[in-house]
Amino acid sequence: MQLTSFSFKSNVRRKLIDPLLQRNMKRFGGRFVEARAAVMTEVDNLETIRVAAAAIRDRSLANLDSYLLAFEEQALARGSRVHWAETAQDVNRILIEIAQSNGVKKIVKSKSMVSEESGLNDAVEAAGIQAIETDLGEYILQLAHEPPSHIIAPAIHKSLEEVAALFSENHHTPRQTDIPALCREAREQLRPHFLSAEMGISGGNFLIAETGSVVIVTNEGNGRMVTTLPRIHVTITGIEKVLPTLNDFSVIVRLLTRSATGQSITNYVSMLTGPRQEGDLDGPEQSHIILVDSGRSRLLGTEMQKALRCIRCGACMNHCPVYQNIGGHAYGWVYPGPIGAILTPSYVGLKNALDLPQASTLCGACQVVCPVKIPLPELMRVLREKSFEQGLRPWHERLSIRLWRGVANRPHLYALMTQMGVRVLSLLGGKKKLLHHLPGLDGWTDGRDMPAPQGKTFRELYRKRRS
Amino acid sequence: MRVGLFVTCLVDMMRPRIGFATLKLLENAGCEVAVPPNQTCCGQPGFNSGDRESGRVMARRFLADFESFDYVVAPSGSCTGMIRSHYGELFPDDTALQHRLNALSQRTFELTDFLVTVLKVERLDSSFQGTITYHDSCSGLRELNVKHQPRQLMEQVTGAQLHEMSKPELCCGFGGTFSIKLGEIATRMADNKCQDALATKADAIVGGDLGCLLNIEGRLRRLGDDTTQVLHVAEVLAGPELGQV
Repeated sequence: MQLTSFSFKSNVRRKLIDPLLQRNMKRFGGRFVEARAAVMTEVDNLETIRVAAAAIRDRSLANLDSYLLAFEEQALARGSRVHWAETAQDVNRILIEIAQSNGVKKIVKSKSMVSEESGLNDAVEAAGIQAIETDLGEYILQLAHEPPSHIIAPAIHKSLEEVAALFSENHHTPRQTDIPALCREAREQLRPHFLSAEMGISGGNFLIAETGSVVIVTNEGNGRMVTTLPRIHVTITGIEKVLPTLNDFSVIVRLLTRSATGQSITNYVSMLTGPRQEGDLDGPEQSHIILVDSGRSRLLGTEMQKALRCIRCGACMNHCPVYQNIGGHAYGWVYPGPIGAILTPSYVGLKNALDLPQASTLCGACQVVCPVKIPLPELMRVLREKSFEQGLRPWHERLSIRLWRGVANRPHLYALMTQMGVRVLSLLGGKKKLLHHLPGLDGWTDGRDMPAPQGKTFRELYRKRRS
Repeated sequence: MRVGLFVTCLVDMMRPRIGFATLKLLENAGCEVAVPPNQTCCGQPGFNSGDRESGRVMARRFLADFESFDYVVAPSGSCTGMIRSHYGELFPDDTALQHRLNALSQRTFELTDFLVTVLKVERLDSSFQGTITYHDSCSGLRELNVKHQPRQLMEQVTGAQLHEMSKPELCCGFGGTFSIKLGEIATRMADNKCQDALATKADAIVGGDLGCLLNIEGRLRRLGDDTTQVLHVAEVLAGPELGQV
């Protein structure tokens, strides 16, 4: 996917004044938030399950090498073929090789965020193979030539009217705005593709080491068709998605669907364990699993490892007041919101996404809902520390922090400077006691006044009062 | 009980009257309060900007200024959160220092939390004419569980009526240096907070952190609202009589 994270600030500027996006984000507003809050009341030991889920993810990550090898062994034993992709380019190369060696002309895809990392669709098209997204949201975005803006609701930034216009224009059908009718229209468009495609690509929510299964958790049913109808099924997923056992999955799934869409369980939970076996009525002839590293293993053994616990529910972005205002595209890569602010700099390089770890008030709303207890604000702070240490932040920012530290550690100098400062600012505040403009603090005063200080410092007044 | 007042850099510079309100509340509740004269800042602006050294320097200063007190109280959830959640992890190689900082941070409280949880204040001799809407600032709420404490105390203020916002727990967009680095997002978030607060038709927006209050007031005034008061909870609880400030 094309990276624009380095221009986060200008992305934000555009998004904040995009009336359509703003309206759509407000409409979407708290729907997932409310649904999550409501459904979590069913779980009487939520905190215990969160602790257990985090421990399961930590155990998987602490022994990632052996669980991955165990997964590979089991998957091979059940007839799957396992491919290891070290980089995003490797993903595209491996996939195209599988497709070309099997004479594949058409691919149907169910949702895979990992395939967005490598820009798979473009690479496949360039190799002369047609790739059709079949998740409704992804299908809409493919028609609109846009990337997803949310990891589980990719077209959340689009309104019904926009979808109606896209469908009518692309399907050459009369414009309609009835949602069930639009769904039917998409289904009618997609069905022939499901039946004629030679290859299906899906993501994988989890990999089960003890059985060699790929688990996908979906709502739309396209995932079932993509993974069973075409001759070849390819799973593309990150190496961190492995869970030791099915029991572990049973714990995690209780939190995944509730945290994501606020559902007790999704419509489909599929365990894909190898290709069609003798006597099976359906299933693909070939099952391939591409395990993607692409920066993940770099986080292992570092303080950033906890980010790999992520089970991609999207709760952090749903609850993030920054995301709610700017939408997912502003983050400029595959993963938006708080987890994106951590994963993007980690995967594409801090200097290419310098503002993302800063794009948070550290309000903590994400951390309290994260089902696997990722300390998201803490990880953003770690990335801020790296930026500071590596001298990547603007010089005036680094200088002012050092100055503040130096002055605040010299109480007499600090007293002198603050006493002078507040007097000047108080005078500048005038009768209304407001500062409309402050040089160097335009970031504040462009949109807000700065209430002026009272005029003397507390410590000054306190000392006088005592004497 | 000897209490050290950590007045915080923002209150010290911008709104001394909040410091005096805090002092009055603590003294009325029977505390012997002192204000160590060398205190400055908790170190959060630098710490959250990625300069861990800011945290370490200010943690040492805090220890020197406040270790001798039974309790430390600050009229801020954010600075208290910094002390309680982060001071204890700044010196992993110096267990003795770490231990002292941990012990001190356990005795450090946000003002309303201290009044309710430690002092068990059940009666305030104070009045406020008008309706109030309360903004739960993030650090207080999520790091210190400050939620019922300010509300419980405001119930004791004669005349004060609480009208809750639809989203009192939603961040106002301050976030320390975030409010300057990413000012446009901060302004939008402040705007959302102002609209939510104005919809309650409250006479005053009240909160426990001056950073948030400056952000909210700054946006309100820029929008042309000169009448809605923006007050620190200490000012409401201490009442209008604050002496010479």
